[in-house]
Amino acid sequence: MNVLHFIHVFFSDGANWHGQYGIPHRLLEHVEYTLMALGIAAAVALPVGLVTGHTGRGGNALALIATAARALPSFGLLVLMFLLFGLGLVPVMIPLVALAVPPILVTTYEAMRTVDPSPVDAARGMGMPPARVLFQVELPVALPLILSGLRSAAIQVVSTASIAAYVSLGGLGRFVVDGLYQRHYDKVVGGATLIAALALVTIGVFWAVARLAVSPGVRRR
Amino acid sequence: MSGFFDIPSDLQHSYPGLIGLHLKEALLPVLGGLVVALPLGQLCVRFRWLYPPVLWVTTVLYAIPSLAFFVVLIDYTGATETTVMIPLAVYSLVLLVPAIVDGVRSVPPETLAAATAMGMNPLRRYVFVQLPIAVPAIIAGLRLAVVSSISLVSVGALIGNQGALGNLLADSLFYHRTELAVNSVVTTAVLAIVLDGLLVLLRVLLTPWMPRAARARGRGRAAGPRPEPVATALEDAAR
Repeated sequence: MNVLHFIHVFFSDGANWHGQYGIPHRLLEHVEYTLMALGIAAAVALPVGLVTGHTGRGGNALALIATAARALPSFGLLVLMFLLFGLGLVPVMIPLVALAVPPILVTTYEAMRTVDPSPVDAARGMGMPPARVLFQVELPVALPLILSGLRSAAIQVVSTASIAAYVSLGGLGRFVVDGLYQRHYDKVVGGATLIAALALVTIGVFWAVARLAVSPGVRRR
Repeated sequence: MSGFFDIPSDLQHSYPGLIGLHLKEALLPVLGGLVVALPLGQLCVRFRWLYPPVLWVTTVLYAIPSLAFFVVLIDYTGATETTVMIPLAVYSLVLLVPAIVDGVRSVPPETLAAATAMGMNPLRRYVFVQLPIAVPAIIAGLRLAVVSSISLVSVGALIGNQGALGNLLADSLFYHRTELAVNSVVTTAVLAIVLDGLLVLLRVLLTPWMPRAARARGRGRAAGPRPEPVATALEDAAR
């Protein structure tokens, strides 16, 4: 009930709702970081995962890279990059991209590799060129798993982007970090609630995308 | 390199002390998660209808950022190590339950029938047949849980210096000593990789019957329908 009280205080305070330090602006910043990091990570990891999964080669190297990237502590990386590069978007993007790449890479590879071989063989037998086999047969079948990889990356990035505030950047984490320093507990709890809500919305968005993009024949479960 | 291992005295720990603290804060939650996940996983296998709701609840819990978790818990457990460890235990639960369920489900029904025919009661069947066969999948989940837990402990630095090696990061900003941050990142990453390697070794030791070729080829694919990919798909990461 204590927590609920703080949430109520935070959200009913009009001062929190406008200006550069208001909720909408912070929310926008947070979404901006997330989308940017996710975009970069997907641009790097999706093609690599698709090709390695399609050819079935380089799986071990890929697993090794993914394990190494997972071992990097994102919070530590963030502080380190901040110390090395100073303020700016670059030090935020590096740890977030490093965080998002392994799940996308691994799930894309596994998704492509575990596609049922019989429709692929049938498509080849019908004389489809390799590129069409990849995009019209393998990709649609692998899509649910690929989307789940993207989803885990997205959720991780949303929750980790909150830490960016610690090195004096924006985003929803600002409320939490500022609140901790100023001992404004309502701010802390309010910010945490917003981040959690955004993460849940992300799950919802991916659920909707999967609903729309995955063909009914593949879904079937 | 100067001052690389020169830990500021306000942390109240030596370098090995910080490593020990970090391991404690990272591994105890995973152990706790495993203790809860094993019976929970078995329940989900036994009662199939239980699995989707359990998966839903854990996924939603997983979506809550660790920072938010910490902050809400401060109210109840204070800015202590417990506050850092509770969310980590919850996250490891999310990774472990699907891994265990997939692993136990991958046991072929003929094998189970044979075990029953040999007169094994359900408990013996679980311990001596189902669990050993599920080992590759469970270890795959454990690896993810351990690695993510180790990297998440650092975030505890944000709530009153409870982040073990992560506290070095706060100090590196405070005193503007970059080498402390490098030290923290490198040590944490090395810890994660070493523990990951130990878990792989453990799997090799626990599954001596798995043919070498299969082991090299597919990261534990010999045991039933691909335990590992499912575990990674449900990695559903996040804090």
